Amino acid sequence: MMRDFFRVLVVDLATGKGEPVNLEGRATHLGGSGLAALLFERYGDVRKPWNDPEQPLIFAIGPLTGAFPLMSKTVCGFLSPYHNQYAESHAGGRSALALRFADLDALVLRGRAPHPAFLTVASRHLKLSDASYLWGLEVDDAGKLLRRISPGSGHRGILRIGPAGETGSAMAGINVDTYRHFGRLGAGAVMGAKRLKALVIHGDAAFDLPSSSDYPKLFQKIHQQVTATPMMDKYHHLGTPANVAVLNQLQALPVRNLQATHDPAAAGISGERFAEQALLRNMACSGCPLGCIHVGFIREPFLEPDHYLYRQVAYDHEPIFAVGSMLGVTDPFQVLAIIDAAERQGLDVMAAGVALAWATEASATGLISEAETLLPLQFGAAAGYRQAMGHLGRGRNDFYRLLAQGTLGAADQYGGRDFACVLGQEMAGYATGEVFFISQALGFRHSHLDTGGYAYDQQDHPQDAAAAVDFLIQDEQERVLLTSLVSCLFARAVYNRELTVACLSVLGYGEAATNLDQIAAGIQAERWRLRLAGGFDPRQVPIPKRFTEVVTGKGRIDPDYLAALQREYSRRIGAWSAMESETETGA
Amino acid sequence: MRSNKTVKVLGAPRMERCIGCHSCSLACARLVHKRLSWDCAGIRVLSSGGLTTGFEARHCLACDPAPCVAACPTGAFTQRRGGGVIVRSRRCIRCGECARACPVDAVYLDHAGEPFTCIHCGRCVAFCPHRCLELEERTLAPVAAETAGAAADDGVAGDHGDGGVVADREGPADTGAGAEVPR
Repeated sequence: MMRDFFRVLVVDLATGKGEPVNLEGRATHLGGSGLAALLFERYGDVRKPWNDPEQPLIFAIGPLTGAFPLMSKTVCGFLSPYHNQYAESHAGGRSALALRFADLDALVLRGRAPHPAFLTVASRHLKLSDASYLWGLEVDDAGKLLRRISPGSGHRGILRIGPAGETGSAMAGINVDTYRHFGRLGAGAVMGAKRLKALVIHGDAAFDLPSSSDYPKLFQKIHQQVTATPMMDKYHHLGTPANVAVLNQLQALPVRNLQATHDPAAAGISGERFAEQALLRNMACSGCPLGCIHVGFIREPFLEPDHYLYRQVAYDHEPIFAVGSMLGVTDPFQVLAIIDAAERQGLDVMAAGVALAWATEASATGLISEAETLLPLQFGAAAGYRQAMGHLGRGRNDFYRLLAQGTLGAADQYGGRDFACVLGQEMAGYATGEVFFISQALGFRHSHLDTGGYAYDQQDHPQDAAAAVDFLIQDEQERVLLTSLVSCLFARAVYNRELTVACLSVLGYGEAATNLDQIAAGIQAERWRLRLAGGFDPRQVPIPKRFTEVVTGKGRIDPDYLAALQREYSRRIGAWSAMESETETGA
Repeated sequence: MRSNKTVKVLGAPRMERCIGCHSCSLACARLVHKRLSWDCAGIRVLSSGGLTTGFEARHCLACDPAPCVAACPTGAFTQRRGGGVIVRSRRCIRCGECARACPVDAVYLDHAGEPFTCIHCGRCVAFCPHRCLELEERTLAPVAAETAGAAADDGVAGDHGDGGVVADREGPADTGAGAEVPR
């Protein structure tokens, strides 16, 4: 397991055959984000479309995966259908440990299966099977069948797509073990384009550990830190939904398509309210003792009298914002029902909720009608949104198929671009101010997790674009190191540089441990160069007018500061392209 | 006659609290067997019919008499007083009969056929974040002194205070965060 190279399985889905590849680069790319970028450079082509059969779909873990608490995430690298540029999405569940125990640092899927298929991988197993009977099934139904027909119960990750992925939606995610997702930027559509309904990874290998007591001692120390100190409390108590009330109080919660940043009724969907009324239990990603996954329930009558069905639905701040406050829905059970409807389709709940928020405002302003939406969309009317998720996931008509490629595209056709809440992709649930808006709009993943821009907004910084962008660049570099290990970003306060060095060293990655600053900077630059080579121009990223009209707790958005931030961040991002040119010229 | 002796037995009485983190399995593999694994461990956590239905722990229920002992053709598995088994890996011929005999799937065979089962040492307990597990004390029925003496003469530690197990490989345990039992 502790090896100074990467062990990668490259599978050609056209033939079902795989090739184990040993790849150099541990000392420069670590794993995770670094390894995914390295593999995309090797197997991908930014000049070809995202759905070209040869484009790789990459799943990569890191040197610490499974060996320490919260080292429990997998990085997915792919060319996004959302913008046809290189992208990453991250997920946990069992995927990371399943890959570790399948004895793989990464899995690369290339080619297109001749028919709908599912792939099973283990340390001594590789098989592409017919999945014609699974094609068209919703995520949960497909999951139940895959559990029945696949080996490795309990020690496997089951990754699958729903109808959204099959129809090529840029909002299609990959569901991981029911409650986690490679959610954003359309990884599900890449799987669908490969006619791959599912990937089952069975972790069935074991590895010898160093004989010294240093490793178990260090593990014990970290385990103690994350379970017996308050530093991680917020994640396993209320979980991320604790943010709902906090942001609402700060006037930073996007409400009704960002027409407002505060709603007294949002108290109905606070983390506290969810915990009191709708929380069923907690779950964890494999290898993480926190249990930050909050699973709620919906209970609905299906036959009079007194016959009910129930379903379990995971919730977090982001989906609650996207289909709750953003759609004016302030009842926890209604929010869970809409999340459930999106999950079944295999949609990115965040993108889908924000897209329907735009469609609701576009309906209200007469830009679109029920001829497009097929049903009335009104803020607060949950039943309509549940149905609309089905229309969006399956692409019921031209309108929904266009909307599924991104809200801005629909706005270009129907109007309403000014109030499309898109920052590189549909916005995340933070209306904290200028720095966050620019950080998501220009960030590598267009994710609230790229950097702590939302936190920067909430601190008392003067309007200094250079200083703010310095923070974003540096913070991204710290995070890209974590996502190369691969750590959950919730552990960013735990795995400081000193501890990271200790963890790598005790497992025998001493060379990498001495060079982390350079490695992190290198991976950061490489990811950006891939993105820029695909045509990304940060200067051209639109910031729709709604973001300049909104009033946050800090007051009105300052359009000049917003513009200054975009100029400065664009300049810094663009410098990575120049670095490559200089390197090539020098060579 | 000996009386009031106890043995420790691992129990999983609160699995409805389990979050599926596998910390117990990883701890057993790491501390007892010096492996990175969620399989090569005396306790394995599986979903009970999909993640929506919660988790169950596969671990030795400390049978007495233990079917795996009866099935073992070489004496690698012998009966532990108070329930469970003592494992002498040096005697194991990797036939897998122990795993096949276990009615609750508590014996895991790795790819080489080496059996892994719970030795009731309790090392996993402290790593469960929700206290699903506990090391219970079980009082031993009085036995004839000569029987106990015979077990000791065989070089088998069957009723250690830490749960009891065996270790018949060379080399001392590196204690790390506590007493470790080499296989």
